[in-house]
Amino acid sequence: MLARTASSLYWLGRYVERADFIARLVEATIRLDALSPRPAGRVAWESALAVTDTVAAFAKTGEEVGQDAVARFLTLDATHSGSLVRSLDMARNNARAVRTALTREAWTGINQAWLLFQNRAMPGGAAATLALTEAVKTATRGFEGAIHRMLRNQTTWFIRLGQAVERADNTARLLDVKYHILLPAGEPVGGVVDRDQWTTILQTVSAVTAYRWLYSEGLQPANVIDLLIARAELPRSLAASAEETVEILDLLAKRTGLHGEADQMARDRHARMVKTHSKAVIAGGLHQYLERFLAENDELHFAIAGQFRFG
Amino acid sequence: MGIRQAFDEIMGQAGSTIPRSELAALGTWIAGTPPEDLRRRQQSAEATFRQLGITFAVYGDSDASERIIPFDIVPRIFLASEWARLSEGLVQRVEAINAFLDDIYGPQRILKDGVLPADLILGNPQFRPEIAGIRPPHGIWAHICGIDLVRTGPDDFFVLEDNARTPSGVSYMLENREAMLRLCPELFHHFRVAAVDSYPDRLLETMRSVAPEGVAAPVCVVLTPGHYNSAFYEHSFLADSMGIELVEAADLVVEDDVVWMRMIGGLVKVDVIYRRIDDDFLDPRVFRPDSMLGVPGLIGAYAAGNVALINAPGNGIADDKAIYSYMPEIVKYYSGSAAKLPNVETWRCREPQALRYVLDNLDDLVVKLVDGSGGYGMLVGPTATRAEIEAFRAALIAEPHRYIAQPTLALSTVPTLGDAGLAPRHVDFRPFVLTGSCGVQVVPGGLTRVALKEGSLVVNSSQGGGTKDSFVLMDDGAMLQAQGPGGMTQSIGGMTQRMGGN
Repeated sequence: MLARTASSLYWLGRYVERADFIARLVEATIRLDALSPRPAGRVAWESALAVTDTVAAFAKTGEEVGQDAVARFLTLDATHSGSLVRSLDMARNNARAVRTALTREAWTGINQAWLLFQNRAMPGGAAATLALTEAVKTATRGFEGAIHRMLRNQTTWFIRLGQAVERADNTARLLDVKYHILLPAGEPVGGVVDRDQWTTILQTVSAVTAYRWLYSEGLQPANVIDLLIARAELPRSLAASAEETVEILDLLAKRTGLHGEADQMARDRHARMVKTHSKAVIAGGLHQYLERFLAENDELHFAIAGQFRFG
Repeated sequence: MGIRQAFDEIMGQAGSTIPRSELAALGTWIAGTPPEDLRRRQQSAEATFRQLGITFAVYGDSDASERIIPFDIVPRIFLASEWARLSEGLVQRVEAINAFLDDIYGPQRILKDGVLPADLILGNPQFRPEIAGIRPPHGIWAHICGIDLVRTGPDDFFVLEDNARTPSGVSYMLENREAMLRLCPELFHHFRVAAVDSYPDRLLETMRSVAPEGVAAPVCVVLTPGHYNSAFYEHSFLADSMGIELVEAADLVVEDDVVWMRMIGGLVKVDVIYRRIDDDFLDPRVFRPDSMLGVPGLIGAYAAGNVALINAPGNGIADDKAIYSYMPEIVKYYSGSAAKLPNVETWRCREPQALRYVLDNLDDLVVKLVDGSGGYGMLVGPTATRAEIEAFRAALIAEPHRYIAQPTLALSTVPTLGDAGLAPRHVDFRPFVLTGSCGVQVVPGGLTRVALKEGSLVVNSSQGGGTKDSFVLMDDGAMLQAQGPGGMTQSIGGMTQRMGGN
């Protein structure tokens, strides 16, 4: 496989995953906003900006933080890299560059999602925004399904590798922001706002039902943290992403004979994750843990790029 | 105004209200399919093209950087006998083009024999002295040719233009057929249509056949300028359907006159390159030193015989508009007999007598820039305004050598779906001819372009043209017998799922 192709496939995976994540985040935030007593709505949208690392970019627009402005900013604003439209643009550019490597179904999934945003200036109200995010999720699900029906070879694995690395990044940020930055001062832990915040996290990673199956004692922050960090059953957990990264790198190594620093890093990380207990993480400082995790994930990204000569 | 009395590909002579007898089944199909139904199918085809991203870019049009080419649901049909005659003419012409290139970049016999004026070749910017003396592997230059044809009557086909560099449009031939098979399957019961879907296999076979000597399993690639190029869809489509890598210049590197591509595991040797990049941007060391594009050293590797380039660099001298008018002489010189496919009558404005005639008859002529393409730099006398004609008159007087002129032909028409139902629209046709080391073959189909505006003769996609499927019939025995149920049963493998029950 061409090194450039591998790089495009990997980035395609990352951007599709990012688009899907932003769609879920916007969706969950609208819900949180609707449920929360005022003025918690503003806090909900501030946290969405923090998760996507776009607080500064939004400030430049000069607009007031609130549902209309932030929802538009996160979906339709092409001037910054944290928006849905930019993620889909980038995903489609990468997909176009490797059009030959994708099946029609996979390409169509991306292209359909991208087409949703053409000639669209305003998301409209909450209902229209939800319809948009739902359509994006449908299209990315279609892409996901198509990926799993493609030949089980490097093409699929590079896309999935990008997805796994991006997913680990997204979940870690989500948890970090929600837990440490935005629990409003003075709100009792376990109070109404708090509870809604935790539900929002679960919704963003599609884990509301999974949580009920795995934990019997109702909504507990410690359990949510456990689920998102240490439970490999949950596809969007850090443990699952770490495990999947190792698996995909193994598949690539077997097929291509290429292995190196990235494999070593991914395996070390996975070995540590298996032994990780969320109680210990909380005791040792969740924020510090997640910061380290994000830095390590970035290093792994560069190791992958080097190992496969992304150039 | 407009063009009078055009021959219609389906209905026959102008004004006829019933189809040509061999095509009666198409008339029945059209009569039996309401226009709304045709429109629905057409929209469905276009929606599919959009979803697949079968788009082209219009340069200078930033609002619509990606557009689909409109697709028309009514096919144009060639009878088997018409096609057989056309094919003979195409093979003869393409063989002559290859012989001409081999001669021009070699011994130049045709100049020494005085058949062509030497300055026409040697002073032509399309002539590439840089590659004179290089022999392409197997002596083949124009592996893929698209010969643009027009028709004015039942037996009157003319070559409008030769494309021996990097002709595009073959993906439309294939995708239009896919759309027709899906949307109008009944038509294929009425007509036995030659399949075009083997084109990628034939192309790959052609590429492999011209690999440098001694390479057992040649590595073939398609070289694209990248995904911002207007024809990128086609590049990726062809690489995909041949199962070979689609590379950009940056993916290739030349070391010691050998071409390599950068793979995830390191460098892999490349033997055959179907390049969809113009000569100018192929190798900055040879053609355009200012170009940031291209693969430095590629021409060196080609000269050393280590890689085949498809089509060969330098081919522009064979399809140049200034050379076009000499094609009948060129064909005769190399094949020894008269051209089976005639040219459109052409006045070379570089010749004073011809220029005088053209200036006197601008109202009736089509005037073209020798180095223009895509329908730009062109005057269509009968539909032009007075001001346009006077502007061209001034340009002609100032630089006569840059222009040729041709009569305004009554291009054939095909019924085409418009806002007011079906109406005749002018068409042209681009068949694709492949030349490998085992000979020349004509793919039974091609790209029919249609001018969607009433009376318009400009079929270019950048100027509002559309496309149609082009059927080539395998026999002229009119309609096939209705197919009986035959041996095929509905259950495949006999496996069904039982619903409910226990």
